[in-house]
Amino acid sequence: MTTATDALMPYDEVLERFDPVLGLEVHVELGTATKMFCGCPTAFGAPPNTQVCPTCLGLPGSLPVVNGVAVESAVRIGLALNCTIVDWCRFARKNYFYPDIPKNFQISQYDEPIAVDGRFDIELEDGATFRVRIERAHMEEDTGKSLHVGGSTGRIHGAEYSLLDYNRAGVPLIEIVTKPITGTGARAPEVARVYVAALRDVLRGLGVSDVRMDQGSLRCDANVSLMPKGATEFGTRTETKNVNSLRSVERAVRHEMQRQAAVLAAGGTVVQETRHFDENTGFTRPGRVKETAEDYRYFPEPDLVPVAPDTEWVIGLRKALPEPPAERRRRVQTDWDLSDLELRDMVNAGALDLITATVDAGAPAAQARSWWMSYLSQEANTRGIELAELPITPVEVARVVALVAEGGLTNNLARQVVDGVLAGEGTPDEVVESRGLAVVSDDSSLVAAVDEALAAQPDVVEKVRGGKVAAAGAIVGAVMKATGGKADAKRVRELVLERCAQ
Amino acid sequence: MNTISRDEVAHLARLARLAVTEDELDTFAAQLDVILASVARVGEVAADDIPPTSHAVPLTNVFRADEVRPGLTQQQALSGAPATEDGRFKVPQILGGDE
Repeated sequence: MTTATDALMPYDEVLERFDPVLGLEVHVELGTATKMFCGCPTAFGAPPNTQVCPTCLGLPGSLPVVNGVAVESAVRIGLALNCTIVDWCRFARKNYFYPDIPKNFQISQYDEPIAVDGRFDIELEDGATFRVRIERAHMEEDTGKSLHVGGSTGRIHGAEYSLLDYNRAGVPLIEIVTKPITGTGARAPEVARVYVAALRDVLRGLGVSDVRMDQGSLRCDANVSLMPKGATEFGTRTETKNVNSLRSVERAVRHEMQRQAAVLAAGGTVVQETRHFDENTGFTRPGRVKETAEDYRYFPEPDLVPVAPDTEWVIGLRKALPEPPAERRRRVQTDWDLSDLELRDMVNAGALDLITATVDAGAPAAQARSWWMSYLSQEANTRGIELAELPITPVEVARVVALVAEGGLTNNLARQVVDGVLAGEGTPDEVVESRGLAVVSDDSSLVAAVDEALAAQPDVVEKVRGGKVAAAGAIVGAVMKATGGKADAKRVRELVLERCAQ
Repeated sequence: MNTISRDEVAHLARLARLAVTEDELDTFAAQLDVILASVARVGEVAADDIPPTSHAVPLTNVFRADEVRPGLTQQQALSGAPATEDGRFKVPQILGGDE
């Protein structure tokens, strides 16, 4: 078991000698309320074995029944990836002996997936479009979670025993498999990452999953092989699992290319195996030797009748698909007149949805963008969370923008209102009310404050009267301080100059 | 002719992590052979015009509403387990040291 000692070939040399071939398998956990074949809840993070029933525990006499919403999600995912939705398909039993599914088989789809032959165009970092062809998307159930105890660091190897939590067993999964991806050259790692990112955006847009890679609701297995330059036959591939961030997808592909190249250059052969990605080192290490498809002894699931999507129903679902993220981005860029960089920053910050929702709630695009991309982005950074996780909604941001536009708030006050909303003090209007943040627009009270400030600084008044208008700033500052920042500074300045002139 | 070889039985036993002795391999291979031969007789009556049948009832699209139904408590779920720890099912080491 070599790990950190694996030899790696320099990346440039890999590319001089070999062409990479990728195959990406993405598993997405659907956001349905219940599991694929039983009515158990699917919420993440519940105490172990509290979301289980006789069906997902594989107890004798229990029978599965298909979740209709999961089938609809599968069809919508297939359509979004330009797949053909088959008019008839079955589930299949995949038999194996690991205890992560208590039935001793996983209900999946084998040679009759619900969606086949798709294509998905992704946009690489320099704006170039790359077409990924989709082999299939099929329905299956997730496995339970294993905890390996004893031995080293919770790994399966060397463990003395394993502990099983079946809360996740039976959660609906859609597996999306690409056809072999060739012709990427040096960009193979980037293509892999961008593909997963673009797929995540599409799935999020469909609303079928929360697509949280950190929580495992979106998982990528990266198949990588190399063929010598000029060869036409694919080399032996490895499948790297446990790749649970976009950055890791890129690193894992790059590492496997360098590792396999070193093996091949030394006259060795690549072993077809499952490898595990180590987030800390960026290395992969071998896992179990894969069963062959034959070992799984697939056969049609006798406990479930076939699924035959109605053509009209599928057409209706296709018509109701949301605008694809890439098209939406292009439209937003044109509508809001954004540079490529500005758009990319927004997308990378996860701000696009939030900003569009703020605009939909009535805010001008420039203000909506400014709030999310500067003040709120900083706040999210400070808290170490995603923008979308901030406890403020686009509607609330739009309300703050409206209050400023109506003259009810200054920019400074608006930030205080946002702070209040973020602190859980209620809606913007409630924060304005409870913190007493409304702009003092009543001239008579302002005049009183101005007169007070003028009386306190007679020397400044002399300077202003002597023509040093800039000196008025000191008075304005004093008034702003006296009113707790609730006055409109521009109006205060006007009043100061008026009073000095009298 | 045998429908399953002794080697295939050994392979299945390895996949299932079953420790099967040499003698047992002979016994099981012979027994499985009889079972498989019996099942294979179905093929004798299946003509070319009969498609493989996976379901005896002509039903499709039997779906369930996506509504939560009560399941088991942790205690109930674990009640039949030979061993438990921290609310989880405890099972023997899954892979051998060399796998």
